[in-house]
Formats: sequence, C-alpha cells, structure tokens
Amino acid sequence: MFLSLLTICLVVAVLLAQVNKLTTGPIAEAKAKKLEDAIKEVVPDFDNNPVADAYLMPTGNGDSLLVYPALKNNEIVGYAVNSNSNNGFSGRIDIMVGFDTQSKVINYAVLSHAETPGLGSKMGEWFKNNDKPKQSIIGKDLSKRQLHVSSDGGDIDAITASTITSRAFLEAVNKAYAAYMNSDAETSATSTNKNNEEKGDNSNE
Amino acid sequence: MEYIGIIIVAIFVNNIVFAQFLGICPFLGVSKKVDTAIGMSLAVAFVLTIATIVTFILQKGVLEPFNLQYLQTITFILVIAALVQMVEIVLKKVSPSLYQALGVFLPLITTNCAILGVAILVIQKDYTLVQSVIFAIATSVGFAIALIIFSGIREQLSLTKVPKSMEGVPIALVTAGIIAMAFMGFSGIDKVFQ
Amino acid sequence: MRRKETIAMNSNLKIIINGIVKENPTFVLLLGMCPTLATTSSAINGMSMGLATMFVLIAANAVVSLLKNLIPDMVRIPAYIVIIAAFVTVVEMVMNAYVPALADSLGIFIPLIVVNCIVLGRAESFASKNNVFSSALDGIGIGLGFTLALTLLGAVRELLGTGKIFSLSIFPENFGALLFVLAPGAFIALGFLIAIFNNLQKSKS
Repeated sequence: MFLSLLTICLVVAVLLAQVNKLTTGPIAEAKAKKLEDAIKEVVPDFDNNPVADAYLMPTGNGDSLLVYPALKNNEIVGYAVNSNSNNGFSGRIDIMVGFDTQSKVINYAVLSHAETPGLGSKMGEWFKNNDKPKQSIIGKDLSKRQLHVSSDGGDIDAITASTITSRAFLEAVNKAYAAYMNSDAETSATSTNKNNEEKGDNSNE
Repeated sequence: MEYIGIIIVAIFVNNIVFAQFLGICPFLGVSKKVDTAIGMSLAVAFVLTIATIVTFILQKGVLEPFNLQYLQTITFILVIAALVQMVEIVLKKVSPSLYQALGVFLPLITTNCAILGVAILVIQKDYTLVQSVIFAIATSVGFAIALIIFSGIREQLSLTKVPKSMEGVPIALVTAGIIAMAFMGFSGIDKVFQ
Repeated sequence: MRRKETIAMNSNLKIIINGIVKENPTFVLLLGMCPTLATTSSAINGMSMGLATMFVLIAANAVVSLLKNLIPDMVRIPAYIVIIAAFVTVVEMVMNAYVPALADSLGIFIPLIVVNCIVLGRAESFASKNNVFSSALDGIGIGLGFTLALTLLGAVRELLGTGKIFSLSIFPENFGALLFVLAPGAFIALGFLIAIFNNLQKSKS
C-alpha cells in the first residue's frame, strides 16, 4: 500500500526533475531578458553589454545598488541604476532608472511591485507622462534638488490617492541618483564630466 | 517594533480573508454560526502555526541545500496533509475534549489554501523562523477575527428578509465585500510603526 | 452504427456542457473561491488562471483515471494530491519560463491550484469512477466552466473598475469605480453574478 504511494512519489519526483531541467534555461533567459529590456528602455542606444559591465555602487546610506553603464563607441552615454524602496504601500518596489551624463533622468521602468492595481500600480506611466510636466520626472536634473512629492514640499505631483507609493517611488529614484553620482565620479576621466561631477558634489552637500 | 509591524499588517492591513483571498472556502462554509466559527478558527490557528514551522525547516534544511526548490509545492502539501492526520490522532489520544471541539474541522483543513498559502508566503517574503512564526500566528488571528465577525453578521442575516435570488451565498459575498471595504480603512496604519 | 456514434457524441458533449452549466464550479458548486476572487482583477488574469487550472484538471483527471485500479483505496487521497501537485508544478515552471509577466501577476495562486477543491473533488468524484477519455472530457468541461466564470468575473470587474475589457477601452477610465478592481469589489461582483446565474437557471427550469 505504502509501496504504491512511494512509487508514485518517486516517479513524480523524477519527472519533475526532468521538467525542471528543461525549464531552468528559459526561466533564466526570461529573467535576463526582462532586465535587458528595462536597461534598453531607460538609456540611449549602446553597443556594450551593460549586464556584464555592471558593478555595485554604495548609495551613502550603507546600501549599494547595481549600476549598468551604457557605452557607445567606448564613450559613456548613460547609466541605468537598479534601485528599490521598501516603503511602498504593500512592500518592496524595484525600479530601473536611467541617467544621462548630466545628472538628468532619461527614463525609468518598474521592475516589480505589489502596489494596489489601479492606484499605486499607475506609477509605471504616471511619472513619465510628458503632457503633465508637474508629475513627470523625465528630464529632471537631480543635481539641483532631490525629488519629492508636492505635499512634502517637492515639485512632483503624487499619484492621485497614492501618496505613499509616490513617496517610495521617488525615494528609489533619489537612491538611484546617489549611486549614479558615486559611479559617475569614479568612471569619468574627461574634463567635461569632471565639471558635471563638481556641480553634483556641490548640491550633495 | 518590526514584529509589531508584521502583526498589524497580517491582522488588519493585509487580512488573509479580506485582502489576500486565502481560506475563502471555510470562510463561506462554516460561518453560519458563531460557535462553529470559533472552533474552525482554533483548528486553523493550530495547524497553520505548526505547518509553517515544519515547512520552513524543511525548506531551509532540505530543499534549499539540495537545490530541490521545484519540489516545494509537492513537499509542502504532503507535509500539511500528513500533519493534519497526525494532529487528529494526537488530539484524540491527548485531549479528547479538544478533539471533540475541533475534530470535525480537521479533515477540511488540508484543502484550506490559507495553510499552504502562508507556508509559501513566508518563504517568498524571506522571513526568518521567528518572523515566520509571528506571521503565522498573526495571520491565524486575522482569520479568526474575519470568520467570527462574519458569522455574527450571518446569524443576524438569517433572520432578515433577503430578495429571493440573493439568498444564501450571494448575499454573504456582498456582506463580505462591505466588511472588506471597512478593512481597507486600516490601510497605512502600519506605517506608524516604522 | 452511425446512430451509436451520434449517441456517443451526444453523451460526450453532455459531459462538457454539464461542467459549464449544470455543475459550473464557480456559480453552482461554489468551489475554488480563493483564486476566483483573487485573480480576477482583469479579464486576462482571470482567463489565464482558468486555463492553468483547466490544464491541471484535464491532466490530473486523465492520470487518476488511468491509475485508479493500481492505487490502493487507503492511500488514494494522498496519491491524488501528489499527482495534482506534480501537474501544478509543471504549470508553474512552464509559466515562469515562457510567460513570466503573467506568472508574476498570478503569483502565489499558481502553486495554490493544488488546494483548489475543484481539482481534488473531480479526481475523487468523477475520474476515480470513469474511463480515461470521459475523465479528460470532464476535465475539459469543468475547466471550461471555471475559465468562463473567471473571465466573466474579470471582465465585469475590469469594466466597472477601469472602463476596459481585455485592456480595450469601452468608456473613459475616470467614470470607473475603482472599488471593483480592489478586494471589496471582488466579493460584491461575484455575489451579484451568482445571483444572476441562479435566476437564469431557475427561469429555464
């Protein structure tokens, strides 16, 4: 009696191991593709492999983020920063933020979140709506000032009825900027980038 | 502080029934009387807590070291089924009075998705063992609160005149929807504890 | 001869129709309520959940029916659970590999198909007493009934909540009552749908 149950369990385990072997490849590929798509979305055209060139950068608060440098003809055209916040309405939010070499936000992509559908989940489009400059973060220069929602004295309008989500999202963007600042300071060798870096340093103080 | 946050979220903000939609079958099935609701909540709390501990140890001790995560679903459900049987046998021997109170509910618990749901959730949330136990207990309290409130309302509801086609489950579901709306009012209170 | 065939055809069709109408798992049997409420925030999510469950139903029904004489009566429930869990794991792995976004939005409710009372219920009440072919047909019928119910509920909630069906705009989003996408709307919409289904059934008979 138990023998037959055991046999079923064993057969099932072996079959599942096979399916697992078949699907681990595609699962890893799907994950890598998601990451690559997010990077492509947030930085200009590049010809290197940002995932292979990625490095960890401290944000200054004891945390470090993965920074993906985008190069074209061996020149830096932008950085994609994989940032996150644990203060979302329903926990963690993961985003990818792209910066150009002038501290400006090029674009962003939401990687994963558990926010309320129809409310907090709108963050995927809300902050890149260029028809409404008061809520868009695209093109914002973070070296001038950090991003905050308008109810906290900042200049970004929060998502309607989702201030907590908006705060967490902007916190993640600011965190990404901190990591970007540190990495830009390290990698830039040309003088034009130096200027830019000094400007950024001033604002950080 | 961190534990208080977990407890508040599990009971009120992300209530297992009204926000997570786990354990709906017993929620609708055994909520006609307050007494049975209390019995069911106790049985669920008992099994849920033990199952979470056992599956957590199995996951960290066996499945992860041997890279067998793909057997998670199958292992967890078998453990839960076996556990329910064992609890039934042990209770019968050790405490016949408790067995009499909970016995009828135990067989129903294997297919209660709250148990398997919580076991998987604590792994997904990357909790430690202590956090998992606290989460499991708080979730059971949330389940109990939901079930007992609901059964109280349904006792009243059975005396009320309800349109013919809404009788039974439909009106119960609409009632649950209104309670869920009330529970939405708790959202955000956990931020006070951070 | 031909007559026999049409009778067989009819009884096959009957098994399928039975699952969709007379024993509709959601509206009549009231089983599998957790995924029904949790995954129907949009029509597409509801439909995918239904299809995933349908696959498990068909496969588990067929295998249980195939092995019904080999499994001792004493251990039949654990054996059924193992078989069901195996197919659920397969669905989970395949979805993670090929439709990762969908797998993300259904989340924990994919592994929870295991404890969906419909699947175990059909294995016990139908597949363990009938031949492989009609068991598979029963899986198709019940699975279709479940899928249709979830798609309908998802469509109703998506339409009332955001003015869209399958992401196609029917009316402007601002007129939607977001409540229907959130948790309370799930309960309320399902309650009214069951009432309507009951009424239709009654007026027919």
